[in-house]
Amino acid sequence: MLFPVIKPVSQARVAITGAGLVSALGIGWRANAEGFRTGRVAFGPVTLFDVSRQRAKMAAEVRLAGGAEDEDRASQLLMLATKEAWTQARWNPSDNLSLVLGTTSGGMSLGEAFYRQAITTPGQRRGQPTRVLHYQPQRQALDLAQEFGFAGPITIIANACASGANAIGHAFELVRSGRAERVLTGGYDALSHLVFAGFDSLQALSTTQCRPFDAARDGLSLGEGAAMLCLENLEHARGRGVKILGELAGYGAASDPHHLTQPDPEGSAAFQAMSAACESAGIAPQQIDYINAHGTGTPLNDSAEALAITRLLGNASRLPVSSTKASVGHLLGAAGAIEAVVCLMAISEGWLPPTATTRATDALCGFALVREPTRAEPQCVLSNSFGFGGANAALVLRRCQ
Amino acid sequence: MTGVVIGGIGAVSPAGWGLKALRQALDLGAPCPVQKLERPGLNKPLDVRLVPAPAERPACFQHPRLRRGSAITRFAVSAGIEALGKNEVARLGIITCVMSGCVQYSRRFYHEVLDNPASASPLLFPETVFNAPASHLASVLGNVSINYTLVGDPATFLQGLALGAAWVDADRVDGCLVVGAEEADWVTSESFRMFYKGFLLAEGAGAIYLRKPRVESEVALQCVTDSHNYSGRSRAEAAKAMRTQLGGGDLLVDGVQGVRPYDRAEIDAWLDWKTQRISPKLVLGEGLMAASPWQCIAAIDALQHGRCSSAMVSVVGCNQQAIGAQFVRA
Repeated sequence: MLFPVIKPVSQARVAITGAGLVSALGIGWRANAEGFRTGRVAFGPVTLFDVSRQRAKMAAEVRLAGGAEDEDRASQLLMLATKEAWTQARWNPSDNLSLVLGTTSGGMSLGEAFYRQAITTPGQRRGQPTRVLHYQPQRQALDLAQEFGFAGPITIIANACASGANAIGHAFELVRSGRAERVLTGGYDALSHLVFAGFDSLQALSTTQCRPFDAARDGLSLGEGAAMLCLENLEHARGRGVKILGELAGYGAASDPHHLTQPDPEGSAAFQAMSAACESAGIAPQQIDYINAHGTGTPLNDSAEALAITRLLGNASRLPVSSTKASVGHLLGAAGAIEAVVCLMAISEGWLPPTATTRATDALCGFALVREPTRAEPQCVLSNSFGFGGANAALVLRRCQ
Repeated sequence: MTGVVIGGIGAVSPAGWGLKALRQALDLGAPCPVQKLERPGLNKPLDVRLVPAPAERPACFQHPRLRRGSAITRFAVSAGIEALGKNEVARLGIITCVMSGCVQYSRRFYHEVLDNPASASPLLFPETVFNAPASHLASVLGNVSINYTLVGDPATFLQGLALGAAWVDADRVDGCLVVGAEEADWVTSESFRMFYKGFLLAEGAGAIYLRKPRVESEVALQCVTDSHNYSGRSRAEAAKAMRTQLGGGDLLVDGVQGVRPYDRAEIDAWLDWKTQRISPKLVLGEGLMAASPWQCIAAIDALQHGRCSSAMVSVVGCNQQAIGAQFVRA
């Protein structure tokens, strides 16, 4: 039953036993880890659609080999990330495996193709039913379940740019509360013309270079990708003898009712989400060794987030913070998931990813913005994701003791 | 007996704005009027059931967030406010469920992008995002607690209901508003008609406010079945599995809509059911994610008015999952 649920005697600890990702830095953990560790910047001219009449011309596209004819770009990204995570976790097909995904637009490029054909050749049905079906995120989720041979509840959270973090947070709560022993979770989004033009219309896209927390920052840059995590009850994972990559320790979520597209200038919901995540993890904010910021590079987001972090930590002057959107852009529904995996990389490989493009740190940043490749041994890290509509989410990850 | 009850219900439907209009239409049992929706480029308008203009402009429309709000946002906010009523909730969870979502503004915005992306409206784009209705609802209510938008086929509303109930039961929130909403557009109508001729798209919203019990004789959410999804099995098989798990009750509120190929899986699953049955979609049309809360509201309303002591809701979604729920009078 989805409800009522059995109340656990105690809360379970949540292990991460598999992680897979795809971004413009490459396909898979190794290629991405090397790119994030060194602060490689993966932007280039947009080739997927025509941007000649738009302000911004750059994005972080993934180089994909051709997929199946009816498989859209978003599905390909999702499949690739899942394959890596699934293999790493050594999971097998199952009749009872929950799937929790975050996305903002599912197979949007198929929706665009549907509309173009519908208005240019009305009544021409060729290919349209397939586009209708595969445009929808639940179809992509079912395709994933069939490909990997599992069945179970599918939950798709569309909380704008916090979708990936909310999905992982929800999956975390399912395992922690005992409602699930294992959950496959993550986020995905592919670049699409509608979304690119949308952010461009808002003048939210940088026309120079995405420079999070830079005093002269002028906007975000879009990217695409997917990241998937295999979460499981820690005792279950230990019983299987599988390698534990890290522990997902806390999750916080809050709503910001200030404005549809702008955060409260004081970052109150960001502060609330981060505080709730720390409380959920049973730690004081001062125990955090590194924050992977939402850090979009827009003037409004970065200033609100900087204030919220400073408020959370009190004296945060020595706390390392960075935004990996400088390397791969804003991946929207995948952002929170990719950044959670980057945090996992930092914990397990002993480095902090730099915000490589920032030249002059904004004076509002009362913390130590990481701008160069840095060796470190973070034990406990926090990842922020904030979205349109006021969706705010934060995750706490730590090295598994 | 579970510890989660219905604290309020609200609806916007082709029958009109508010619960009263929905209740009257279902009691009457006559199908709501059908309107013609223009399909650009074809001289063949599409039959749909639209929400009529409100007799009086709802007060919430004066909120700054709703000035440019899309139809789906207005439906969701109006139903949500009605369901919440006078309840004052410190930690209010909001779960908004959609399938097609903000399709009208998405179509308009993309059309502008195709015409000239340089002049596409920055006012439209934010309203295209799946969680725009949820964001506006939270803003109108001044809510800062957890807020999820779930996307899926219409059975996802019952998933949302189960999640909201779990949050309330576990004291994650003090109460939870679960909303399902859709707006009609020729794109959605045409898409469904590719699979089911005679499909009658409808629009609107329904909302259910969940909280802990306060007094006796409240209507409680007894259970929500597993998600019987269509991974590796047919829609008919999933419907039967849901029906088996749901068991029995006094009243069945099903999702049959009068389109035989679409209805077959659900009809077959409930072939043995011979007692009371309500089929709201025969009156209101296929409201997708709005239709599932209409079904729940019909069940809850019957319980609140003493017409039965337990009521089941069956949702056999179009392309993801079959889920059932049972409500009881405590």
